[in-house]
Amino acid sequence: MAEKLLVNPIDCEGHGACAELLPEAITMDEWGFPIVDPRPLPPGLERNARAAVSACPTLALRLLRS
Amino acid sequence: MTQDTTGAATELPRLLPPPEDKNRNAHDWYAHTDRYGRLPYRERQGTLIADVEAAGLTGRGGAAFPVHRKLQAVLEAADKRRRTPVVIANGAESEPASDKDATLLWLSPHLVLDGLQLAAEAVGADTAILYTHVNRGHDVGARLREALQARQAAGVDRVPVQLATAPARFLAGQETALINHLSGGPAIPTFMPPRITERGLHGVPTLVQNAETLAHLALIARRGPRWFRGVGTVDEPGSMLATVRRADGKPRISEVPLGIPLQDLVGELGQDRAVLLGGYHGTWLTGSEARKLTLDNRSLAAVQAKVGAGIVITLPPDRCGLVETANVVRYLALESAGQCGPCLNGLPRIAAALAEIAGGRFGKHGTRPQVLADVQRWSGLVAGRGACHHPDGTTRFVRSALRVFAAEVDRHQRGRCSATVRQPFLPIPKDAARTEEDWI
Amino acid sequence: MTGINSSTALWYTSRATGVVALLLLTAVMLLGLLVTRQGRLPGLPKFAVSGLHRNLSLLATAFVAIHVLTAVTDGYVNIPVTAVVVPLASSYERVWLALGTVSFDLMLAAVITSLLRRHLSRKTWRAVHLTAYVSWPVAWFHSLFSSTDMRHGVLFLLAIVCAVAVIAAVLWRLASAGNDVPRAERVGLLMSAVHGRGRRGQQGRAPQGERTLSK
Repeated sequence: MAEKLLVNPIDCEGHGACAELLPEAITMDEWGFPIVDPRPLPPGLERNARAAVSACPTLALRLLRS
Repeated sequence: MTQDTTGAATELPRLLPPPEDKNRNAHDWYAHTDRYGRLPYRERQGTLIADVEAAGLTGRGGAAFPVHRKLQAVLEAADKRRRTPVVIANGAESEPASDKDATLLWLSPHLVLDGLQLAAEAVGADTAILYTHVNRGHDVGARLREALQARQAAGVDRVPVQLATAPARFLAGQETALINHLSGGPAIPTFMPPRITERGLHGVPTLVQNAETLAHLALIARRGPRWFRGVGTVDEPGSMLATVRRADGKPRISEVPLGIPLQDLVGELGQDRAVLLGGYHGTWLTGSEARKLTLDNRSLAAVQAKVGAGIVITLPPDRCGLVETANVVRYLALESAGQCGPCLNGLPRIAAALAEIAGGRFGKHGTRPQVLADVQRWSGLVAGRGACHHPDGTTRFVRSALRVFAAEVDRHQRGRCSATVRQPFLPIPKDAARTEEDWI
Repeated sequence: MTGINSSTALWYTSRATGVVALLLLTAVMLLGLLVTRQGRLPGLPKFAVSGLHRNLSLLATAFVAIHVLTAVTDGYVNIPVTAVVVPLASSYERVWLALGTVSFDLMLAAVITSLLRRHLSRKTWRAVHLTAYVSWPVAWFHSLFSSTDMRHGVLFLLAIVCAVAVIAAVLWRLASAGNDVPRAERVGLLMSAVHGRGRRGQQGRAPQGERTLSK
């Protein structure tokens, strides 16, 4: 069952917690906003992905079943 | 707003009044029923959708989304969630270069209103809204109120129609921005999911359809899918309203078949006459490229362009494509909702860089390759990372300009420019958004 | 320590946990303000600020819960259990205890809405969370006046330090917010800033990313 990350760009304020917790799938652009890998999440990263989702102060990051 | 006819001689125009109509009274209720006949209600929800599918009608607002799929989605969502849907005719036409919806509403309002009723019946809606632009040449609002009164007297509308106006913002016609505004908020986009066909205005399934699309729907209901396919191409059937601007800058609205050669639409396309296809989120093409193309997505895919809302503009030889592009991108950057980090940060930087290139000043601050590399990098960072397609469309426009006007960029670095006329050619509204109130 | 009238363990526990709760809640306020301004704690990663804010708030809730339970169950003073959530229900230190009750109610609301944040609208969550600005000062007054503990010696100093810290942090937050620009003007300002400032090489430092603001 594949999962994908999705960021709501309106809610996102660029706190940066997500990129620290999931660098394998999220990098920061030069303005401090996340570039989220659109491909399905590789197995094994699920725990870190959930940590990243819960760490976001604005709940902008979501993990969706695809 | 002037109007020509082109294309298949006897078939067109369908939506606009025929050129012989000297009285210009097509907007009158009796003239409308004389020409088109009565509004053919189907008496049952959903029965129109099959005809629309067979006709192959796609949205005329720019995205060319299959209309039957949208109708079906709203119908199913309304059924599943047991909510009564809302239908909205989108006549906001926030693109400054476009004029076809305003023209259609001015000349044939009853077709749009017919389509609105039929769409409402198809999805089982009990509310209909017609959303128009706040300031255009003619008093479209007055004409629409007149039309609605005539319909009320004739007892023809089954669903009450409300009129609403969009603020003069570039994003106001975007579906989620439209709904945000109608809900009492600012005319700025919201993030989907959920899609508005599931959860839109006041949380109910909402159908938003371009005004012209509804006019076509009104005719498909009367004359059937085969008639609709009588013009156009096999993959992209039907006619569409095109806004054409040539050297004098005035918009001319033509109803043309999809697949018409661009050359027939704009006249002689010299090698050095650049063409802007699709408005300010569209694509610049060279004259020689444009000469080989027809107005349909299949043909235009070869140059990564789209039909969009049918705006075709030729750049006069006395203007500079870079200067025009820089002016437009400045406007587009100012029209950003400023909600999403990438758009808020990227578009103004791109606009500033283009202003420098257009002004030939980049030589002082950095080398030309660096400025161009910056613009390409920012364009890449910005595309697809907003809640709406504003950054995507803007960067498409920018990249195509840098490609088509590459020689002009060279000229500017040497301190020269092709423009001999200072006045801007591409239309840009004067007031940019400055305060929160401008968005309400 | 002056001000001690009783030797029951529960009563002591209540007072001690009350002090610790106030310290923890002060830290939670400071961290919360830091999160909104996207500040960092030196040496710690970015996610630590919001992480600490949340974890300390849960710890503070635990301490407040013990503080409240021991106050109600101890035999020395009679505080009815209803006073935990209903203000002015206790005859002992009626008003000052009521402040504690009010603060506790607001705090519970903030914590619960945060735990259930996914199911609430952004506006609702934010509105409840903002009551922290009321809850904390009310808790402070409750701490200072419902017993004499925090009005003497070291504990008094501690109370003052906490107040100064929170007031300073709030003033800092207001001052920074004063520099924030309304959405519709942000783009225009950024354009003139970028245009006027010139290219990167000249400044030696890229212009910072423009923040989008809390809604």
